[in-house]
This record gives sequence, structure tokens and C-alpha cells, in this order.
Amino acid sequence: MQPVTKVTADQPGAHLRLVSDRTDTGKPGIKLKGVSKTYRSRDGDVPSLQPLDFHINQGEFFVVVGPSGCGKSTLLKMISGLLPPSTGEILVEGEQVTKPHGNVGIVFQNALLLPWRSILSNVMLPIDMKRLPRAKYLARAQQLLKLVGLEGFEKKLPWQLSGGMQQRASICRALVHDPKIMLMDEPFGALDAMTRERMNVELSRIQRETGKTVLLITHSIPEAVFLADRVLVMTERPGAIAAIYDVPLPRPRSLDVMADPIFTELVQRIRKHFFTQGALD
Amino acid sequence: MAEAKVESMVTKALNAAWVRPFLFLIFIVVAWDFAIRIFKIPAYQIPAPADVVAVLFNDWPELLRQAWPTTYATILGFLLSAAFGIPVAMLIAGSRTIESYIYPLLVFSQSVPKVAIAPLFVVWFGFGIIPKVIAAFLLGFFPVVVSAVQGFKSVDLDMIDLARAMQGSRFQVFCAVNLPHAMPAIFSGLKVSVTLAVVGAVVGEFVGSNSGLGYVMQRSIGTFDLPTMFAALVILALLGVILFWIVDRIERLVIPWHVSRREEIVFAS
Repeated sequence: MQPVTKVTADQPGAHLRLVSDRTDTGKPGIKLKGVSKTYRSRDGDVPSLQPLDFHINQGEFFVVVGPSGCGKSTLLKMISGLLPPSTGEILVEGEQVTKPHGNVGIVFQNALLLPWRSILSNVMLPIDMKRLPRAKYLARAQQLLKLVGLEGFEKKLPWQLSGGMQQRASICRALVHDPKIMLMDEPFGALDAMTRERMNVELSRIQRETGKTVLLITHSIPEAVFLADRVLVMTERPGAIAAIYDVPLPRPRSLDVMADPIFTELVQRIRKHFFTQGALD
Repeated sequence: MAEAKVESMVTKALNAAWVRPFLFLIFIVVAWDFAIRIFKIPAYQIPAPADVVAVLFNDWPELLRQAWPTTYATILGFLLSAAFGIPVAMLIAGSRTIESYIYPLLVFSQSVPKVAIAPLFVVWFGFGIIPKVIAAFLLGFFPVVVSAVQGFKSVDLDMIDLARAMQGSRFQVFCAVNLPHAMPAIFSGLKVSVTLAVVGAVVGEFVGSNSGLGYVMQRSIGTFDLPTMFAALVILALLGVILFWIVDRIERLVIPWHVSRREEIVFAS
């Protein structure tokens, strides 16, 4: 997918370059051109995001880390078309985003499953919303549930499942209408540390098997490095790009990768951004 | 062995949901009877339970005939308060502008004592059923609106975003997310409303009516016929309980997924 930057042993310091040299492959993905957001409030305009320029290639796992309130969630809403940018333009799959385009699957911190719908019926929600033929997608929904290890739980109600299982179901819901892009806003933030690690491995696998473009937002630097092809580091509010790092770790990655020198070096490097800024929460 | 079996049957019977309030009721009636005997309360102040039962037994065709208009007015008033309350709540929850215009006035109107303005309805609509229905409606309306507004407003905004990002129209999102989410709150409002509607109907009958249990009570107080008045009270209370129970049953059918019903689902599956 990204032949441009297969980092090999003869480029040992490549991942420490402040801005990734991974070029736009030209394949449709997500492209932001001078996108900024300013909220109007009673006390005047509040800048949330400074103009951002970056691209996410198709099939790439792109992770954004940043302190609280740096406008990460705003970014996600703008890409899904729920919120218009104040300036600039966003291209998803080559088309400018002006309204909800349905070409995304979203996963939030909370699973947000509807308590009155069964797991299968929750996964089918996007199909209902988009008025797609139910019969055609039912098999796909069941297949996805199998992919995340929820086979046999189709008829259960959400509260009968653990937090991790609920989040898996919400990942299925984000994938059922076969969107090109998955947007994830701290998807595992509400899970305990052990479940979280396991979910990271799973998500890595799911992304590889489905080939989706993923934009994931997180507070956890190790999580970011573990999952990402590239990591975008954001500054405090109003958010701007502090750096974009390549993660030249081979895939598939197991949790052992966290002991890799490149991994630890990269984590440290990213952490420094926040310590010099004086905010990490 | 046989004794243990009997004992377990007794505990089982004691644990049935309806037995405990029933036992408590018997206790109250006995205490009532004793209090009258011990303190020598004259019958024109508080009638003895036996007298009330006697009236219930002897006059039940007449009481039942009078209960019918009250029931009718209560149900009509309740249905009206649901039919108007839920849409009004939708409007209030759906639009800040509408909320700012309507909600304060609604609260203000709620402070107007309905009993005081009930005679007005008699002036406007005569002695028929309409003043009773209006009184029942006015009392039942407010709890429905307040609960439903709270229900509609407590939806997780991320959930709405999620559904909208799937290109759901506003109406689709409302039907799939907002409305089911508000159902438990709406039902708790309806349960309060149905019991208040009984009160409203009786208030309507107090101020001007020639039928209904409220009218029976009014008339029997005038003649110091307290046993009849208490008999009417008992029937009114029964009416409230039955209507409440019906709403509760409907709630179970409509929202079997709700937190308060979870235990039952586990047992059923």
C-alpha cells in the first residue's frame, strides 16, 4: 500500500524525522486543505483548530494524539460531514465534504449501542438509516460479528455483554455498510488496561483484514505507536500539527513490539512534545 | 415433613407480590375499627368499616352506575393529556425557541389551582362531561410534558451524531433513537398522570355535576351519610389502582428492554 516508505535498516533514523516524508500516493483517501474551525460563542470567537494540511492515504492506519481539548473530536466531526469547517476544504475519496456523506463508520469512546435493539439489530442500524436492503447486508453483519468473535451473541441485548464485547459490536456497526473510512474517537478509552491491549491487537488485525482507512484519536501514546502507520501529534488548543511521525514497525504486530527499540524511542519522542508544552492529561 | 411443606407454602404465599399490601390493608382496617371503638368516635365523624362494607354490598349497583361517568371522564382526560403532552414535549425538546416561549408559561399555568378554575368550565360547558374531562386533562397534562421533555433531552448527542453520520434523516433518527430513548420517561409521566386524572375528574364532579362518584361524595357529605362517602372513596381508589396497573402493563409490553425490567428478562430467557 505504501511502497514509498518501507523503512529498512539502512535508514535507522527515519522514524525520528519531525515530519513524515511519506508522500501522497495520489490514491483517494482523506485530504485536508487549510481546514480550520472557529466556534462562535457569547464571549466571541473561540479558535478550536488552526489551519491543518495533511493527507491520509487509502488503507492507512492514521492516529492522532493530542492533549484534551485540542480539537481532535472536532476534526472527526468535520471529516464525517457533521460539522462544516470554518475555512478550507476536506476531500474524502476525492469528493468535497459538505454534508454527512455516509462513507464513514464511527466508533466513539462509549459503545453507544441502543439498549432496545439486539446486538445484530444494533449492527444493522446504518443499513436502516441509509435505507439499504436489509436482506443483502444481514449476512455481512453476521460475518462481521464472527470476525470480532461475537458469534452466537446476535440475539443478546447490549447490557448482557461486557464493555469490551459491546465495543466490538460497535466496530461491526461502523463496518457493516462497507465504508471506505473508519473514524474512531478514543474507542478503547473506557475499557480496562488489559482489555484495551487485547482490543488493540484485534483492531490491528481487523484493519488489515478489511483494508479500511482508519483515523483513530487517542490520549495514549503507546497505543498510538502500536496501531499507527503514521502518528500525528497535535498541540494544545487551538490545535495545530506539532509533528507527523512514521512508524516503521513491521506488521502484523504483536504486543512484543512494545519492547522494540524503535517503539520505545518513538514513544519517548512523542511524549517530549507534551512535556515541553507542559500538558499531558 | 408435611409440616415443612405447609410452612414453605405459607412463606411462598406471603412472598406473592399482591399479598403484602393486602395484609397491610387488613391491618389498617382493623386498626381503624379498633380506633373507633376505643376512642368512641361518633359515626357522623368517621364511619365504622363494617358500615362502609355494608353500603358497598347493598348499594353496589348504584355505586357502579355512578363510577362509570367518572371512569369515562378520567380515561378521556388522561388520553387527551397523553395525546397533547407528548407532542408538546417533542416540540419543547426539539427547539430552543419553542422551549423559551412555551415552557415558562407552562410552569406558570401549573401554579394556577385547577380546583379554583374548575367552576369556570361549568360556566362555559354546562353540567355535562366536558368540564370533568377538562379538569382531568389539565391535571394529567403537566407530568406527561415534564417527564417526556426530560426523556427526549437526555439522549446522548454522540448517538445522534452517529445516526446522522449514517445519513439518517431527522425523522428517521427521531424514530430510531430519540423516541425509544424517551419511552421510559414518558411512561413514568403517564403513570403519575393517570392517577392525577382521577383527581381531576372528581374535582370536576365536585364543582358542578349531577353524576359520578365525586357527585355521590358531595351529596352524601351534605346528608352526613359518611358510610356512602367512604364507599365512594374506596371505589375511587380502586379505579386509580386499576388504571395505574393498566398503564404499567402497557409499559411492560412497550419497553421490555428497560433497566427496571431486566431481572424478568433474565428469568424468561
